Amino acid sequence: MAAPERPPAPAAPVAVAPSRRELIRGRIDHTFKPWRKANPMARRLVIVGVLMTSVFAVLALLPSVVAPYAEDQYRYIAGTTDNPDGGEARVDCVAVGCEQLPRREAPSSAHPFGTTSARFDVMSRIVHGSRVAFAIVILSTGLAMGIGVPLGLWSGYRGGKVDRILVTLMDAVYVIPGLLLAIIVAFVLQQYFDPGLASATVAVGVVYVPQYYRVIRNHTLSVKEEPFVEAARAIGASPRTIVTRYVFFNVVQSVPVIFTLNAADAVLTLAGLGFLGYGVPFPQAEWGLDVSQALSDVVAGFWWTAFFPGMAIMLLVTGLTLIGEGLNDIVNPLLRLKGFKGKVPARARTNAQTAGGAAEPSDGAGQ
Amino acid sequence: MTANAPMPEPALRVRDLQVAYGTPRGSLQAVDGVSFDLAPGESLGIVGESGCGKSSMGRGLMQLLPPGAAVGGSVLLNGEELIGVDAGRLRRARGEDIAMVFQEPMTRLDPLMRVSKHFVEAIRAHRPEVSKADARQMGRDILAQMGIPPTRADNYPHEFSGGMRQRIMIALGIVLQPTVIIADEPTTALDVIVEAQILDLLDRLRTDENVGLLLITHNLGLVAETCDRVAVMYAGRIVEIGPVVDVFANPRHPYTQGLLRSVISIETTKLVSIDGTPPDLVDPPAGCRFAPRCAQAFGDCTTVDPVLADVDVGHRAACLLQTGSYPQRMGVTA
Amino acid sequence: MAGAGRGSSMRSYVLGRLAFAPIFLFLLLTLLFVLLRVMPGDPVQAALGDRLSAEQLDARRAASGLDDPILVQYGRYLAEVVRGDFGEAVTDPRPVTQIIVDRFPATFELTMVAMILAVGIGIVVGAVGARFRDGPLDVGGRLFGIVIYAAPVFWLGILAQLLFANRWGLLPTGNRISARISYESPTGFFLLDGILTRDWTFFTTALRHLVLPAATLGLVISGVFIRMVRVNMLQTLRADYVEAAHGRGVSERRVLFNHAFRNALVPVVTIMGLQFALLLGGAILTETTFSWPGLGSALVEFINARDYAAVQGIVTFFAVMVVLVSVLIDILNGLIDPRVRY
Repeated sequence: MAAPERPPAPAAPVAVAPSRRELIRGRIDHTFKPWRKANPMARRLVIVGVLMTSVFAVLALLPSVVAPYAEDQYRYIAGTTDNPDGGEARVDCVAVGCEQLPRREAPSSAHPFGTTSARFDVMSRIVHGSRVAFAIVILSTGLAMGIGVPLGLWSGYRGGKVDRILVTLMDAVYVIPGLLLAIIVAFVLQQYFDPGLASATVAVGVVYVPQYYRVIRNHTLSVKEEPFVEAARAIGASPRTIVTRYVFFNVVQSVPVIFTLNAADAVLTLAGLGFLGYGVPFPQAEWGLDVSQALSDVVAGFWWTAFFPGMAIMLLVTGLTLIGEGLNDIVNPLLRLKGFKGKVPARARTNAQTAGGAAEPSDGAGQ
Repeated sequence: MTANAPMPEPALRVRDLQVAYGTPRGSLQAVDGVSFDLAPGESLGIVGESGCGKSSMGRGLMQLLPPGAAVGGSVLLNGEELIGVDAGRLRRARGEDIAMVFQEPMTRLDPLMRVSKHFVEAIRAHRPEVSKADARQMGRDILAQMGIPPTRADNYPHEFSGGMRQRIMIALGIVLQPTVIIADEPTTALDVIVEAQILDLLDRLRTDENVGLLLITHNLGLVAETCDRVAVMYAGRIVEIGPVVDVFANPRHPYTQGLLRSVISIETTKLVSIDGTPPDLVDPPAGCRFAPRCAQAFGDCTTVDPVLADVDVGHRAACLLQTGSYPQRMGVTA
Repeated sequence: MAGAGRGSSMRSYVLGRLAFAPIFLFLLLTLLFVLLRVMPGDPVQAALGDRLSAEQLDARRAASGLDDPILVQYGRYLAEVVRGDFGEAVTDPRPVTQIIVDRFPATFELTMVAMILAVGIGIVVGAVGARFRDGPLDVGGRLFGIVIYAAPVFWLGILAQLLFANRWGLLPTGNRISARISYESPTGFFLLDGILTRDWTFFTTALRHLVLPAATLGLVISGVFIRMVRVNMLQTLRADYVEAAHGRGVSERRVLFNHAFRNALVPVVTIMGLQFALLLGGAILTETTFSWPGLGSALVEFINARDYAAVQGIVTFFAVMVVLVSVLIDILNGLIDPRVRY
C-alpha cells in the first residue's frame, strides 16, 4: 500500500483590522446577544409587557385623540363634546346652550366607563390620568436616577469617609417605608408649594434614590477592581475620565432592569399618595385620587367609578413589571439546558465496528 | 491460579455509552460511544482536556444529568444493566453500588445540615432498618478511618477545611461499600499536600476494600502515579486506552503524544501545547475528530473515522496510523 | 468543644447585632427630625390657628417648647424617644404615647395576619412553581404574583367590600368590631382577648372584621414572596449539594424537602424583615379603606389635622419598629443559618 500523503502545512492566517461598519455591527450584535440567547418565556414576558405599557403610553401621548372629554369637564356644548369651560375662549352657555354630563351614569355607549358623581366621564379621566402617571413616573425616576447614579458612582469609586456617610444615610432613607416617606415629603413640600405635579414628582422620586445609589455603588465597587480599570489608572487617566469612560458604561447596564421595576413601583406609590390625597389635587386626573373619590359611590353600590381607575393602575403596573421580570430573566439567566426531547440517536459506530472481531473490547481485568 | 484461570467478572462494563445535552442549537453529543471495563480493585484513569467529555461520562454512568439530557448505551454494574432501569432501582444503586466523589468539596454538603446527619440520611436511604443511632455510629467510624475525629462528626460543613470536606465526601461515598467509585477531579480544588493524602486514601480503599476506582482528571502526573490503566478521551471518545506504563512510555495516538509533551516538569525548558481547539460537538466534523489539530494527519483522516484497535497487549488506540483502526478492516490480521 | 460552641456564639452574635442598632437608629431619627421640622411657619398655628386666640396660641407654643432653639428641640426629641414619651398631641387631649398604645394593637393584628397569609401563599405557590419550572403551574403562579401585587391594595379592598359586604353580605364593610358588641379587651389585641376571656362572640366578630382587610393586604404582599421563593428554590434545586445528595441515592422527595426547600427558605426570613416596611405602607392604605382604627389611619387623620406632634410621634414609632424588626430578623437568621453565627 502506498505511503499515505501528508497535506502541506496550512499557511499562517493574516490578521486584518475590522472595518468601522463591522465594528458597529459587532456592537449591535453584542447588545442583542442576550436577547437571542434568552429562553422564549422571558422574551414573551417582555413583549407582552411592552404591548401593555404601550397602550397606556399612547393614551398618555395623545389624550385628546382618544378621550372625548377633558379631565374636569362636566358639561359640553350641545351637539358636540367640546368643553365650554376649556380653552382660551370661554363659551357663554346661556347663549349657546350647554348640556351637562349625566351624574353617576352606568357604562353606556356614550360613556363606555360611565360617569362620576362630579359628572366627569370616567374614560376621559382614565386617559388623562395616564398622561399624569407617565409624566410623574418618568420625571420622578429620572430624578432618582439623576441623584442616585452619580452619587453611587462617586461613592463607590472614591470610597472613604464620604462613602461611609452616604451609605448610612441612604440606608436610613431606604429603611423608611416607601409610602410613608412619600407622604412625609409631600406633606413637607405642601408647606412651601402648591400641591401639584412638581411636589408629587419629588415626593415619589425621593423614595427611589437609595435603590439606584445602592445598585450602582455595588456594581462600581466590583468594576473598580477589574484589570482594565487598573490599567487605565496605570496610564495616568484622571479619576473623572476613568469613571465616565470606563466604569460608567459597565455599570449602567444594571439600570434598565431596576428602572422598569422602579417605574412599576412608582406608579403604585403615586396611586397611594393620590388615594390619601397627597398627590396631584382634584380636579386633575389621577387614578388613585379617582378611587378615593369613588369611596362614597361604592357604599351606594355604584362600581364603575372605582373599578376602572384601579384597573388602569393594575394593568400599567403589570405591564411594567412584566418588562422588568423579562429583562431580568434575559440579563441574569438562571442557567439552563432545555429542549432536548427524545432518545439519543443510534450511532453508526456500533459495537460490531471495533477492530479485532470480538464484540467486547476486553481491556481485560487487572494485570 | 493457573494461566488458564477465567478472568474475574468486571465490576463495571461500559459499552457504547452516549451522553447528549439539549442546547438551543441542537443536541450536543458530549460522550459518543465510550466502552471500557473496570475490574474490582482496579483503578482506571480518564484523562483529557476540558470539554472532552470525561465529566459528562462520569455523570452519565451515575445518570446524574441535568434536565434535557439523555443517556444511552449499556452500563453493566456487577452484571446488572443500569441504563433504562426504573428510577427506584437507579436510586438504590447510587451510593450503595456505585458512588461519586465530586470536584468542589466546598459546596457539596448541605450547609444547614450537620455532617453526622448527612451520614444518617445516606445510610437510611438504603438501609431503613438501621437505627439513627447506629447510622450515626457508622458515620463516626468511617470518618475516623478518614482521619476525622468522632467529636467533630456533629459539626456543620462550613467548620471544615476543603481537604477535610473532601474526606467527608469520600467517607460518604464509601460508607455503604460500593463496588465502584467515580472520582471526578477530586483533588483539583485542593492543595498538593492534601491532594497526596486524598490519593493515598483512595489507594488504600482500592487495595483494602477492593473497590474499583474511576479517576477522572486532567492531571497526567496523578494518573501516572496512582492508576493501573489509563483511557485518554477526546471529543467524547476514547482515543487510547491501556496500562499506564505502556501508554505513557509508548503513546500511539498523536493526541496522547501531544498531551505528554505538554506536561511540565523540572526539566521543561520550552512550553509545548497542542494548537487549535476541540471540535464542535453539536456538529462534529467527518472523519477523525482530532485531524484538524493533528500534525500527522493525512488524506484519509478527514474522511474515515478510526476505531480502537490493538497496538499491544491490552493497549489500544484509535488512529489511522495503525492500519487496524480502519473500520472495514475488522477481522483481518495484520 | 463542638457542642459548647453553639450557645456562646449565638449570644455574642445577638449582642453584636443589638450594639449596632442604636447607632443606626440615631441617624434615622436625626433624618426624620430634619425632614419633619424643615417646614417653615408655625405648626401650632397650622393645627389650631382657626380655633384659638393669638394669646392662647402663644401660650401653646411656649408650652410645647417650640420657642426654643432648634438644637434644644432636637435634643429634647431624642430624649423623648429614649423615654418612650412623645409628648402631648396638639389636636387631641391624649398624650401621643397614649394614642400610639391605643391604636397600635389594631395595626399589629392586621399586619401579622396579613404577613402570615402572604408568606404562606408565597411559599406554596413559589415552591410549586420552582418544582414544575415553566409548566402551567409555574407560569400561572408567576403571573398571579405579578398581577396581584400590581393591584392597588385600596382598590382590591374596595372591590372586596363591594362583593363580600355589599353584594353578598357575608362580611362587614369595615371597622374592627361591631358597635353592638360589648367586650372586654385587657390587652387591646382583640383576637387574643377573645380567647383569654372565653368570649367567643367577641372572638368571632373580631375575626370576621379582620378577614377582609387582612386577606386583601396579605394577598397583595404575597406577590413579592411568590417571586422570591420561586427564585430561591430554583437556585437551591441546582445546588451542588443537591446533586451530591442525588448521587448518594437519597430519594427525590427527601432531597426536595430536606435540602432544596429548607435552604430556599433561609432568605425568606430576611425577606419578611425587608417587606415589613412594605407592609406598613400597605397597612396605612388598608386601614384607611376599611376604617380600621390602627396606627396607619391615625397617621392620616393627624396629618390632615396638621398635628405635628402626633405625626412626629407616630412616624418615629414606625421607624423604630422597622429597625427593631430588622434586628430581630438578623437574630432569627442566626438561629436558622449556622454559617451566620460563626
